[in-house]
Amino acid sequence: MLMNNRVIRVDQLARVEGEGSLIVKMSDGKVADVKLKIFEPPRFFEAFLRGRKFTEAPDITARICGICPVAYQTSSVLAMEDAMGLTVDDQIRQLRRLLYCGEWIESHVLHIYLLHAPDFLGYEDALLLAKDKPDLVARALKMKKIGNDLMTAIGGREIHPVNVRVGGFYRSPRKDELEPFIDRLQWGLDQAIDTAKLVSTFEFPDFETEYEFVSLRHPEEYPLMGGRIVTSSGLDISIREYEFHFEERHVPHSNALHGLERGHGRYAVGPLARFNLNFDRLSPLARQVAADVHIGPVVKNPFKSIIVRAIETVYAYEEALRIIRAYEPPASPSHAVPVTAGIGCGASEAPRGMLYHRYRVTDDGLIRDAKIVPPTAQNQPTIEEDVRLFVTKFAGLPREELTWKCEQAVRNYDPCISCATHFVRLEIQ
Amino acid sequence: MNGTAAHTLLVGVGNEFRNDDALGILVAREIRRRSLPGITVVERSGEGTALMDTWAGAELVIVVDAIFSGKAPGVIHRLDAAHDEIPRGFFHYSSHAFGVAEAVAMARELKILPPRIILYGIEGKEFGEGVGLSDQVVKNIPHLIAMIEEDLHALHTA
Repeated sequence: MLMNNRVIRVDQLARVEGEGSLIVKMSDGKVADVKLKIFEPPRFFEAFLRGRKFTEAPDITARICGICPVAYQTSSVLAMEDAMGLTVDDQIRQLRRLLYCGEWIESHVLHIYLLHAPDFLGYEDALLLAKDKPDLVARALKMKKIGNDLMTAIGGREIHPVNVRVGGFYRSPRKDELEPFIDRLQWGLDQAIDTAKLVSTFEFPDFETEYEFVSLRHPEEYPLMGGRIVTSSGLDISIREYEFHFEERHVPHSNALHGLERGHGRYAVGPLARFNLNFDRLSPLARQVAADVHIGPVVKNPFKSIIVRAIETVYAYEEALRIIRAYEPPASPSHAVPVTAGIGCGASEAPRGMLYHRYRVTDDGLIRDAKIVPPTAQNQPTIEEDVRLFVTKFAGLPREELTWKCEQAVRNYDPCISCATHFVRLEIQ
Repeated sequence: MNGTAAHTLLVGVGNEFRNDDALGILVAREIRRRSLPGITVVERSGEGTALMDTWAGAELVIVVDAIFSGKAPGVIHRLDAAHDEIPRGFFHYSSHAFGVAEAVAMARELKILPPRIILYGIEGKEFGEGVGLSDQVVKNIPHLIAMIEEDLHALHTA
């Protein structure tokens, strides 16, 4: 029998989709070089999509990431609808926001409690945290499950939702399918407020730097999808203009492309960017919670992204509640899609930052080419710079602590395993 | 979906666009196709907390996933998670992943691990983006399925 269970490594059953590493070279006590090596950009998917029907894009791109399938689906349907000149009605749009809230809840709670909090609380990992504080972890799992269940209720399935289509949904939920969420979301909202208070008491490194933040901005809402692209240096462009102002560049040390703003260089997307550029679009409650925990309206310490994620989690629960309370099923779950040749661009705010898609579709509805720019690729140069500045400032820390802190500096950005990286291995030479 | 206590829950884990990582998904579909009695089959991406929800309340759970442990591609692994301790250390090097191993360890810590949970897998070779399994993996899928069926038979007649 070919059985072998003698050598068991803890990562043997994990998703090994690529491997990343962070290498910091120091010479004479100074930082000589920082290289974040990340593999597995979504180039395969861009090639795989060519020649497929435009209707297949949401299902195929959803499989790029097991954590943020809704972001991929949403950016792809928005791009296809842009190509075909279709604008969905507000009810469908609200349902999409509700689905997206589910993803923010599950992703943010996972990151806050299981990946980021252990760093601040001095636990090597979430398992040790669970051993010491099982109630805290149990609460996190319960909070997160609300997000997963929302995704299942609207998306049809929790992982790789199957109910999303260009033009809307295959089926819209009944009112009585969503109403049972009200009590759970209310509970989750209270827990999220408590979470913001809890994480704001963590000890943060004295580390601030200047960033070029980039995020979507909507006339009224905190950004989840669509709107315009704005930057902290004052750029304000349509999503269709993205590639005129931003580019992806090959760098020798990484297979992944690095995102750069033309004429500006590195930039940051994600919770800090959204928060700083859209503080006035948060709900009054979310703004009040931010004030209560003494954060904002501008945050430049990337380690405090954990607090911002908590504020965004407050917003996501509250927004989901608002949408469900006002929900009336759309007359039809989707619009007819007039198939026309064209180029379309779409962007949405994945939990870890702006996700841009562009497709060219032929008049028979086939995808001629596709471009997908995930948030982690955009953040890579900024992550490297953070680590460089951090190590420069704290070079005197014991090696082990410095290494851990550098990992934490990478984790601030919640880099996505499937979109850009999997393992971060750190070596200080 | 929660597991049903009277049934065995088989969870196929993986990503069909990641070469050998598709193993768990393909095995799950094959087991489902065989319509074996007393077994519920689900597919999951491997996100750990969702796995914990999936198997919550189930008595007997079989998880099938591709493995990357440094062994030769094609080697079949069988691990009885209810009894075997899985060493820690992975989290510290992971910036994002909370996968099968973490889910088992966390569930054990929180005392919500199903009483019987068996992890199966085949050592993979290619985990990059792409469709199709390595020859060494494909060759041993029938052996893996035979082992799972043997286990199912033993579990259901125990």
